[in-house]
Amino acid sequence: MPLLWLILIVLAIATAGYVLGRSRVMAGAGGDSRDLHSLPSYYGYNVALKVVLPSFLLLLVWLLAQPMIVNGTVAADIPESAIPDGSSRDLIMSEVRRTAEGLDNAVAQGLMTEDFARSARSDFNDVTQRLKDAGQIVTAQVTQPILEAAQRYRVMNDTGNLILTALVVLVALAGAAWGLREMRPEFRARNVVERVVHGVLVAAASVAILTTLGIVLSLVFNTIEFFRLYPAWDFFFGTTWSPSFTGRGGSSELGVLPLLWGTFYISIVALLVAVPVGLFAAIYLSEYASPRVRSFAKPMLEVLAGIPTIVYGLFALLTVGPLLMAVFGKDGLGWMQAGTAVMTAGLVMGIMLIPFVSSLSDDIINSVPQAMRDGSYGLGATKSETIRQVVLPAALPGIVGAILLAASRAIGETMIVVLGAGAAARLSLNPFEAMTTVTAKIVSQLTGDADFASPEALVAFALGMTLFVITLGLNIFALYIVRKYREQYE
Amino acid sequence: MTDATLNTGGDRPGTSLATQDARTKRRNRAEARFKAYGLTAILIGIFFLVVLAVSIIRSGSPAFTRTIVGVEFTITQPQIDAAEGELFKTKAYQTLFIDALKQQLDARGMEMKFDEDSIERLLGKVGSTLREYYQANPDQIGTPVSFELAASSRVDGYLNGRLTRDSVKDSRFLMAADLDLVDALQEADIVRSSFNWTFITGADSGVDNPGGAGIGASVVGSFFMMLVVLVLSLPIGVAASIYLEEFAPQNKFTDLIEVNISNLAAVPSIVFGILGLAVFIQFAHLPQSAPLVGGLVLTLMTLPTIIISTRASLRAVPPSIRDAALGVGASKMQSVFHHVLPLAMPGILTGTIIGLAQALGETAPLLLIGMVGFVARGYPDGVVSGFMDPNSAMPAQIYTWAARADPSFYEKAWGGIIVLLVFLLTMNIIAIILRRRFERRW
Repeated sequence: MPLLWLILIVLAIATAGYVLGRSRVMAGAGGDSRDLHSLPSYYGYNVALKVVLPSFLLLLVWLLAQPMIVNGTVAADIPESAIPDGSSRDLIMSEVRRTAEGLDNAVAQGLMTEDFARSARSDFNDVTQRLKDAGQIVTAQVTQPILEAAQRYRVMNDTGNLILTALVVLVALAGAAWGLREMRPEFRARNVVERVVHGVLVAAASVAILTTLGIVLSLVFNTIEFFRLYPAWDFFFGTTWSPSFTGRGGSSELGVLPLLWGTFYISIVALLVAVPVGLFAAIYLSEYASPRVRSFAKPMLEVLAGIPTIVYGLFALLTVGPLLMAVFGKDGLGWMQAGTAVMTAGLVMGIMLIPFVSSLSDDIINSVPQAMRDGSYGLGATKSETIRQVVLPAALPGIVGAILLAASRAIGETMIVVLGAGAAARLSLNPFEAMTTVTAKIVSQLTGDADFASPEALVAFALGMTLFVITLGLNIFALYIVRKYREQYE
Repeated sequence: MTDATLNTGGDRPGTSLATQDARTKRRNRAEARFKAYGLTAILIGIFFLVVLAVSIIRSGSPAFTRTIVGVEFTITQPQIDAAEGELFKTKAYQTLFIDALKQQLDARGMEMKFDEDSIERLLGKVGSTLREYYQANPDQIGTPVSFELAASSRVDGYLNGRLTRDSVKDSRFLMAADLDLVDALQEADIVRSSFNWTFITGADSGVDNPGGAGIGASVVGSFFMMLVVLVLSLPIGVAASIYLEEFAPQNKFTDLIEVNISNLAAVPSIVFGILGLAVFIQFAHLPQSAPLVGGLVLTLMTLPTIIISTRASLRAVPPSIRDAALGVGASKMQSVFHHVLPLAMPGILTGTIIGLAQALGETAPLLLIGMVGFVARGYPDGVVSGFMDPNSAMPAQIYTWAARADPSFYEKAWGGIIVLLVFLLTMNIIAIILRRRFERRW
């Protein structure tokens, strides 16, 4: 692994720089650290930072840029005639990458010489067979343009890696030289090091902004791409969801309304379970429960929140679904066709949300000032009257905020609906029918499909955008309400 | 005082507090009802938890056992020669096996009729197993060898109650008549159950081989992913928290970061999957299904959790510590890194472990970047291959099993959940112990 070695070399230079810098400045001060501006170790850190930071930055930028440049150049060089009908430049490129990888493996296993890998021609040598012998999965016969492109791809990557290694080592050494030149006793090493560390802290904090930016950009670009292939009006107002799986001919109908309806219906069922149970649990825990009951029941409920959603999904599919079938299915009331239904997913999602609602409401109820309760008791109200007529109205905005947060959780929940709600998209009022949601369709449209050019795959990004906007709106609104409410009593 | 006594002559008759009138009774009943609602709500929550736990344990524990058929077996050189001379060699070995089994049953005084087909349904292709064994170990010919052959998953199901005699439909997989043989073999102690190591150490099998499926490879995938998450999210999260808690000035940029963090904490996990797909795979051309990419996506997902808990524990360190450090001449940076951070470390580690546990159970984003169960066909060759080669993770593996049509995989999925929950439980217990032992109240 040359990359690992490169990193180790840079780190070794940095360590050497630390030791050298430290000893050099100590020698300059005549061995007395009191004559230095900063503690001796800061001089060492100064050199080490000047080695590590620029070279790693270069490494990172290069590693991101190189594949893009190489891909772009090689892809541009593939002649138009080499791209068969129904294929695309992207598909050919992935074939090229696979071939190049196969050549690498074959050379590594000693099945080919480096010279052969560089100069072989598919019309003279049986390259495909030799690649298959080396364990590489090549989908079709490797044609001459693909092989040529793959060879170019390898050569460019090899040269790139070589230049990268040389440059990084050079930059590291230059950094060390720069740092060592500064090693005078009056040099303000601590200030420099602290400024750099401060910069690193700011960069780390900016990761949050970058993540949001990444989410928005990746959604926006692909959504625009999707709307170029599929009319936005049909997406937002279409009432049929039936993607064609062949991905050709544009016979898919991709209306989002049935998915949104399924999402909201399941979320409503979930909230109908979670809100009463969670709210009453919170009231009991904060107003009635003795410390012993509270210290037992609160963690028990919170365990429900720590269980991964895949567990709930399996619970819905294999326990709750059959249970509901026994009651409402063919042998019972005859309302249900299959175990996967709105009711199944909603019920299980409700269980998942109970601790979410209860712990948020618990905090909010606890933050209602005790004076309001005492005033109510003083007027002769019972505990429940106080709760219903004083505490809950006072806590209502906060509780609404908590419910909105729970709703946004329910809308964004994936595994429970993928396993428990079924796959059919329909607009129906019957809660015992299978429906599907936005999240479930994102999973099914994007799993196992590497072709991002078809509207059937790109629709997932439009769905993701819809989901992101809805949950973001709910979250901002809910956080606003909760914050407003907190300020009221602080 | 005197004003109050005047009112007793009003519309309310003189009552004593010692006797309850109808209204008081009603109010007290309402009080009791209200309290009962609250208690019921708690009990419903706990009831669901218990049901969940029971169904996990009851449905998952069979995944850890498997049924084996133990047959002691002696084969002689002439028998081998005769079998090798036949046209269908494995079939000849199978006949040898059936004869041996018959003998064992006869020795116990039981007489059963069964044929090759039923053996094939119960045990799979026995003949080839035997032939391979004797070809690999020719020195065993002529000496008694006891074979432990894995029974088919349907026999497993019958013995642990998943299938009953009534629910078995005659098919090429299992006939109801075969179950008589199973009963007899069980009575003769030839069919036993043993611990299923394949499930712990194995990799995912094909759709048609539920018996051979194991979770080991995806545990390794999860492990490499968690390594990436730990190495990236702990330093970045701590650095970001230190900046926001100790250095950030009150300005627009800080507000922007704060808003972003609180919103990212509530973004649905599947959106992070889309991000990973678009940025890491589409744009940066990192390999699909690689634990490295999974780790990067989960890092971005866990960062808000870690930042929120780290900030809380930094805030819990009293300002007097900072003041004292500044008072003896430390710089602001020194006071934070030398004094505040070490004191906040237990809280930070606890938060990190809980964040990791959350990431470990996350499924949806992994499905989008291609870490589905069926790519976990084997163990990685080394550390680099562990990060870069296609693998799955525990929750994604469980999902793949749950989505398969064969109900025998459901048992594996439940079993996988037990393994997953054991990991989560261990992590949470470590977090609790850390908190108990090191957390200081100021």
